[in-house]
Amino acid sequence: MNASTKRRSLWLLLTPMLLWIGLLFVLPHLKLFYLSFISRRGGEFTFANYLYFFQSPLYRKIFLRTAVFSILVTALTLLISFPLAFIITKVAGKRLKMMLLLAVILPYWVSELIQAFTWMVLFRESGVLSYLLQMLGITHHNIEFLYHDTTIAVGLVYTSLLFMTIPIMNSLDTLDDSLVEAAYDLGGNFWSTLREIIIPHAAPGIMVGSIMVFMLNLGNYVTVTLLGGKNSLWLTEIIYNQFIIRFNQNKGSAFSVILLTFSVIFVWIMLKITKQDLSEAM
Amino acid sequence: MFRRNELSLSKVLFYAYAILILIFTLGPLVIVTILAFNNNPSASFPWQGFTLDWFKSSTPNRVGLFNDARMMHAIGTSLQVAIVVTLVSVVLGVNNAFMFVRHRFSGQSLLYLLMLGPLVVPGVVLGTSILAFSYGIANSLDKLLGAGAGTFLRPGFWLVVLGQVSFVATTTTLVIAARLKRFDLSLEEAALDLGASRAEAVRLITLRFLAPAMLGAGIIAFLFSFENFNTTYFLSGSDPTVPILLYSRLRFGITPEINAVSVMLMIVTGLLGFVAFAFQKEDAA
Repeated sequence: MNASTKRRSLWLLLTPMLLWIGLLFVLPHLKLFYLSFISRRGGEFTFANYLYFFQSPLYRKIFLRTAVFSILVTALTLLISFPLAFIITKVAGKRLKMMLLLAVILPYWVSELIQAFTWMVLFRESGVLSYLLQMLGITHHNIEFLYHDTTIAVGLVYTSLLFMTIPIMNSLDTLDDSLVEAAYDLGGNFWSTLREIIIPHAAPGIMVGSIMVFMLNLGNYVTVTLLGGKNSLWLTEIIYNQFIIRFNQNKGSAFSVILLTFSVIFVWIMLKITKQDLSEAM
Repeated sequence: MFRRNELSLSKVLFYAYAILILIFTLGPLVIVTILAFNNNPSASFPWQGFTLDWFKSSTPNRVGLFNDARMMHAIGTSLQVAIVVTLVSVVLGVNNAFMFVRHRFSGQSLLYLLMLGPLVVPGVVLGTSILAFSYGIANSLDKLLGAGAGTFLRPGFWLVVLGQVSFVATTTTLVIAARLKRFDLSLEEAALDLGASRAEAVRLITLRFLAPAMLGAGIIAFLFSFENFNTTYFLSGSDPTVPILLYSRLRFGITPEINAVSVMLMIVTGLLGFVAFAFQKEDAA
C-alpha cells in the first residue's frame, strides 16, 4: 500500500470512530460539564449548582455515605474473593474449579436486576428467609429484612464478586507453585507465605479488581434502590431525581459531574499508587 | 501446591469455603427457580404444588408471563433494541479494531484512552450526559426544521440504541482487536500475490479469521444491551425495555410472574453466555 492509499483508508476508518466517540461520549460529557455551570432560570454562568450540593447537609451526607459504603463493600468483596480466587487457581480440582467459575459467572449473566430481585424474594417481609425462621421456630411473625444497610451490602457484594475474583485469578495464575513451596521449605508458615509471597504477587489483580468494584458500587442504582428503598440515600439516586423527577438538568448535570470527578480522581490515585496504566489494566 | 495427598486441615477449610460460596452465589437463583413453579400466589414458600400458571395462565387474577401484553411488548422492544445495538456495535468494533491494530498515527494512544472511556464512566453519568446532549440537539432541530424534527432524539427507541452503542462498541472493539492482533499479515499478502484485490483479501481472509471474535463480541453486545439498566433508564420513553419494566414493577412489590420472567431470562442469557464463553475460550487458545 502506498502512503496515500494508507492515508485514505485511515480516514475511512477514523470517521466512524470519531463520530461514535465524539457524538456519543465526548460532546455529551462536554454538554454535561457546560450545563452544570449554567443557572436554570437566567442561563448565565454560575457555581450555584455545585454550591447547592455542597451546602446541603443531606447531599453532603449522601456523598460521604456513597463513598464510604462503596469502599467498605469493595474491602468486603476483596476479603471474600481472595480466598475464592486462590481456591479456584491453586486448590480446586478440575470439576470444582469449573463449578466455582460458573457460580461466579452465572449471576452476572442473569443481569443485575434479577440479582437484586432474588435478594428481594429472600429478604422481604413475607419472603423466604422470614418463612424459614418461622419454620425453625426462631420467630413467630414476619420480619422485614429489606431496607437495611446490611441488605444493600449483601446485594452489592453479590454483584461485585465476579469483578474482583477474575482479576485476582488472572494474577494468581502466574504465581509459580514452587515459590510457595520454597517459602514453606525455608520455614515460612501460612501467614508469612501469604504476606510475603502470595499477596505481593496478586497485587496487580487486587488493584484492578478493587478499582472496578469500587466504580461499579459508586455508580450502582438498581441494587441500591431496590434493596435499600427509601433508605438507600445513594448519589445516583439524587442524580435521577434531579434529571427525571424535578427536570432540573443543571443541578442534575452538576451532580453527575461530581460523581464522575470523584470516580476519575479515585481511579487516578489508585493507578498512581500502583504505578499501573489504564490501557494495560483493561 | 498440595504435593502430598493428605487431607490437611487447610484443605478441609478450603472445601468448606468453596461450598459456602456455591450456596451464596447459586442459592438465590435456585430458590427463585423453584418459586416460579410454586402454586402459591404470594411468590414465597410454603410449597403448594407444581404449576405453570406464572408462565401461561390467562385468568384475570393469574396472568402468566406469556399472556401479559405489557411484558411481551417489553420483550419485543428489548429484542429490537438489542439486535440494532449488536449490529452497529460489531461493525464499529471491526472498524475500530482495524484502525487501532493496522494504523499508527499521532494521537492514537489518546484516542485509545477515549475509546475506553464509555466503559469506565458510570452508566448513570453516561445516560445523563447523552440525555442532556440529545435534548439540546432535539430542541434545535425542532426550532430549525419545524416541530417534531428532533423527535427521534427524545427519550425512546433510538435514543436507547444510541446510548447503548456508546459503551457496547467499546467492548466489541476490545474483543475484535484482541483477535486481529494475532492475525498473520502474510496471509493477506499471499492473497494479494495470488491476484486478489485488497477488498477481496480483507473480506475472504481477514474477516473470515475475525468471524469467531465477531460472533463472540456480538453475543456479548446482545447480552449487554438486553440487560442494561443504568444508561437505558434515563433514555427510554413510553416503551420500556424488559429491565426497565421489571424495575418499575418491583418498586410496587413482587409477583410470582416475575419469578417466571427471571427463569426465562436465566435460561436465555445463560445459554447465550455459554456460547460466548466457548467462543472466547477458543479465541484465547
